[in-house]
Amino acid sequence: MRIRLEKRLTPSRFMQIATPIASVLLTMALGAIIFQLIGFDGPRAIYETFITPIVASYKWQDVATKAAPLIIIALGLSLGNQAKIWNIGAEGQYIVGALAGAGVAFMLPHATGFWVIPLMIAAGIVGGIAWAAIPAFLKTRYRVSEVLSTLMLVYVALQLLNYLVSGPWKDPNGHNFPQTPPFTPAQLLPHAIPGTDVPPGLVVAVVLTLLFWLLTARSVYGFSVRTVGAAPNAARYGGFDASRTVWSTLLISGGMAGLAGILEASSQLGQINLGFPSGYGFTAIIVSFLGRLHPVGVFLAALILAVTYVGGQVAQTVVHVPSATAGIFQAMMLFFILASDILVRYRVRILREAPRAAPAEAVA
Amino acid sequence: MSTITRRNLIKAGAAGLALPALARSGFAAEPLKVGFVYLGAIGDYGWTWSHEQGRKALDAALKGQVATSYVENVKEDASAIPVMKDLAQQGNKLIFTTSYGYMDQTLEAAKQFPDVKWEHCTGYKRADNVGTYNSRFYQGRAVIGTIAGMMSKSGVIGFVGSFKIPEVVMGVNAFTLAAQAVNPKITTKLVMIDTWFDPAKEAAAAETLANLGCDVIAQHVDSPAVLQVCEKRKIYGFGYGADMSRFAPKAHLTASLDLWGPYYIERAKAVLAGTWKSDDVWWGMKEGLLGMAPYSKAVPANVRAAADKIIADTKAGTYEVFTGPIADQTGKERVPKGQRMADKDLLVMDWYVKGVQS
Amino acid sequence: MNIGFFIDALVTVVGVTTPILLAATGELVVEKSGVLNLGIEGMMLIGAVTGFAVTFNTGPALGDFAPWAGVLAAALAGVASSMLFGVLVLTLGSNQVATGLALAIFGIGLSALVGAGYVGMIVPSFDSLFPDRLAGDPLWRVVFGYSPLVYFALLMVFAVGWFLNRTRAGLILRAVGENDLSAHSIGYSVIAIRYAAIAFGGALAGIAGAYFSMVITPMWAEQMTAGRGWIALALVVFSGWRAGRLLAGAYFFGVLMTLELYAKASGFSFLPSQFWAAMPYIAAVIALAVISAREVAGTEAPACLGRPFLPNS
Repeated sequence: MRIRLEKRLTPSRFMQIATPIASVLLTMALGAIIFQLIGFDGPRAIYETFITPIVASYKWQDVATKAAPLIIIALGLSLGNQAKIWNIGAEGQYIVGALAGAGVAFMLPHATGFWVIPLMIAAGIVGGIAWAAIPAFLKTRYRVSEVLSTLMLVYVALQLLNYLVSGPWKDPNGHNFPQTPPFTPAQLLPHAIPGTDVPPGLVVAVVLTLLFWLLTARSVYGFSVRTVGAAPNAARYGGFDASRTVWSTLLISGGMAGLAGILEASSQLGQINLGFPSGYGFTAIIVSFLGRLHPVGVFLAALILAVTYVGGQVAQTVVHVPSATAGIFQAMMLFFILASDILVRYRVRILREAPRAAPAEAVA
Repeated sequence: MSTITRRNLIKAGAAGLALPALARSGFAAEPLKVGFVYLGAIGDYGWTWSHEQGRKALDAALKGQVATSYVENVKEDASAIPVMKDLAQQGNKLIFTTSYGYMDQTLEAAKQFPDVKWEHCTGYKRADNVGTYNSRFYQGRAVIGTIAGMMSKSGVIGFVGSFKIPEVVMGVNAFTLAAQAVNPKITTKLVMIDTWFDPAKEAAAAETLANLGCDVIAQHVDSPAVLQVCEKRKIYGFGYGADMSRFAPKAHLTASLDLWGPYYIERAKAVLAGTWKSDDVWWGMKEGLLGMAPYSKAVPANVRAAADKIIADTKAGTYEVFTGPIADQTGKERVPKGQRMADKDLLVMDWYVKGVQS
Repeated sequence: MNIGFFIDALVTVVGVTTPILLAATGELVVEKSGVLNLGIEGMMLIGAVTGFAVTFNTGPALGDFAPWAGVLAAALAGVASSMLFGVLVLTLGSNQVATGLALAIFGIGLSALVGAGYVGMIVPSFDSLFPDRLAGDPLWRVVFGYSPLVYFALLMVFAVGWFLNRTRAGLILRAVGENDLSAHSIGYSVIAIRYAAIAFGGALAGIAGAYFSMVITPMWAEQMTAGRGWIALALVVFSGWRAGRLLAGAYFFGVLMTLELYAKASGFSFLPSQFWAAMPYIAAVIALAVISAREVAGTEAPACLGRPFLPNS
């Protein structure tokens, strides 16, 4: 009995949707077993991590709050990933975007009016775009791998944040702690739907999901991006400029990350300190792959990952699993989805050793 | 026919009045649930470990009256809010958030759970149901500064810190002032590693200080890396927050101990008695919040005596390390002779005293 | 400033540089074969916790040999974790960037889980390879006074350089990284060679991690490598994928990091410390641009770096 892999003519649609779901389920099953073996209440840990945030309504707000930046960043990343342009520096663009928006806020400490927040948000987007422009330039001009350049710039961005909150932007009333002054009420995001606790970031995320869906599925640009990724020669023949794709996808994903950064800074704590980088930029990469680079898939995958973050904390309190647990589950889901990728492109055939047709063939 | 006499009625009434009292003592009162939010792991033999000892002390002192729980490794970002809300949701009525970086999160969670009493450690923002508490860590620094001043042969002592925040600055200054009191020529070389956690960098910083002539090194970082370097280089060091002698048996002279138990017990009692109020508490050795670990064999008798005197005088209130004259690094006099620095000036301290090389 | 001052400083620099050098040397081989493994940080942490745990548990039985058992275990753990990456990337053809990141995240979490019970524990350290007379000598300790892993790291980088440039096997490995289809058509097993390279990278990353938990600070703490894995990646890039430059670059980074501390301790803070901390990464980006712009043969990234091997397409 042999197992043979046959390349499919077209990627399997069924597998594209089934594999993420299977990855999540497999992670839950395997996770329960592993934790049980280590000595924790495995099934309970899985329940608290994956199920509780979905069924306990008081957790929905936390899940939504965590999912929003993931969705926004991953939408941008997925675009580039389709073109096989790997922006793994979204965390850096997130930070610079937040800093840019905050910078605008600090330049206008006494400004009130509805235009303050849009200005901050615009600055945040521009900040993220600017930070992504560096790798874009390096790639198109010097053929520098964007994987490496975007990643290195994350750590430069972290030091920039460090420097600003410890020095020029330190809160004069902050007892000398490394943090910025708090945003004024005019600079904080309002409730998206008055009277409810729906995070404003989530509303933005929903709108952007629809926009990206239209962009990727229905526009020539979306088609060009996919083609550049799938068949670069054909794309060139078709007139799609690879260099322009590098610029556009990197700048879009940078802008999205910057947007997520300023939204986060001006909604949750209204202040930027050393704890601001939450790793969303890296988690968004997982979201992008788990969502199979498709806007709707990304939306759902972000929700799942947000659930594991929130649930991981509940599990920590209730089952006393270590805080690293959520990260392990997230990595497992990513491993499974990456491993199952092959099923999308290849068909698994199990062949019997001695083909029955042989005698007939020999005769004929 | 029952005898409804006046006596019987009075007896029945008395019995009826007694009923609720009987009920209260018959069903024991629900223990007060107290929650703790920890920055690190309880086994870290440092900051979190000492808070955990405090929690255990609370459990032991008010056995049956309190039921405590904790969450460890809670990051100091927005994700701390759901953790705090969870604790509140689980019925905890008194919650201690044990790190500066939980300040805004505590306030946010407190807004949503107004009937829970929140206590934030080393912060400065309060609300009706949020109090702050802090410890006079610098008093411990004064003790080890005295020891360092007497035991340093090179006259150069070292300090490894994380960030230039008031708490660390106070520590550096107290350490230096106390050392200068026994040896006026002492200088302190200071390295801030500008990160909260990086043991390898702490070790490299300690090595650098040793290379530059320091023979006693104090620290304000969370790992025993500095002490391990001191042990290797055969110089002296001090534990911070907890007794760290297991990591450096020869180098570890003593340690300042954070003893949170007395405060936790007092606050729990206040909640039980219904007298809890939002407060800004800054206790020290006198109230039992700080102690010193046993001296190692390397500390000679005269040094012990000097250190013990500092401890005793601190507890009595007759010794305050931040008493003038104190000059800053430029030589300008910041505190006149005989005057003690006010608390509010200490809490925003951002300048180093003369003799600190930073 | 006497000779002792420089000796002290050099010893400190060596301590800071060694783990980065180890991890980068391993990754150099991996990338030369055409594979990009971003999961170094995760593999280092797995190695760190494994080395610590094994040394701790075998301490009573093996005594002075326990640290050696620990390092060996750390190397094997590094290999195992790199194989997880290898199977996904080489056999199942998964995306290298995402898989590497997953490995990093997984390693951080798994090491924290396994290490939870070891926080606050200590382990015995290595005995020096050389007699105390040499190792402890104020002058000669600059040559003889280091932990065995330091000599191992130096040995490795020279061995790798010699292997890549002077042996036939190294030539084949480089060919696989430059043009995998041609190597395949000549008859070399691209997949097998890449597996071996990935395993080697994993072993060295594991040992690099063990250096943290067993040499610099003999203890375990979550994420104790504090991002050195990413610096190692920067270093491979900065070195232009050449072993000699890797060694020089590693010490350059080490000097920068030590200089920052010396400047602070001596009272010179003319540049913000964050600038120093960002230097390795800025240097790597600049080096990348310079390398690609000048197109000097032999210092470019291996042509197949990061691309999957697709012989049938």
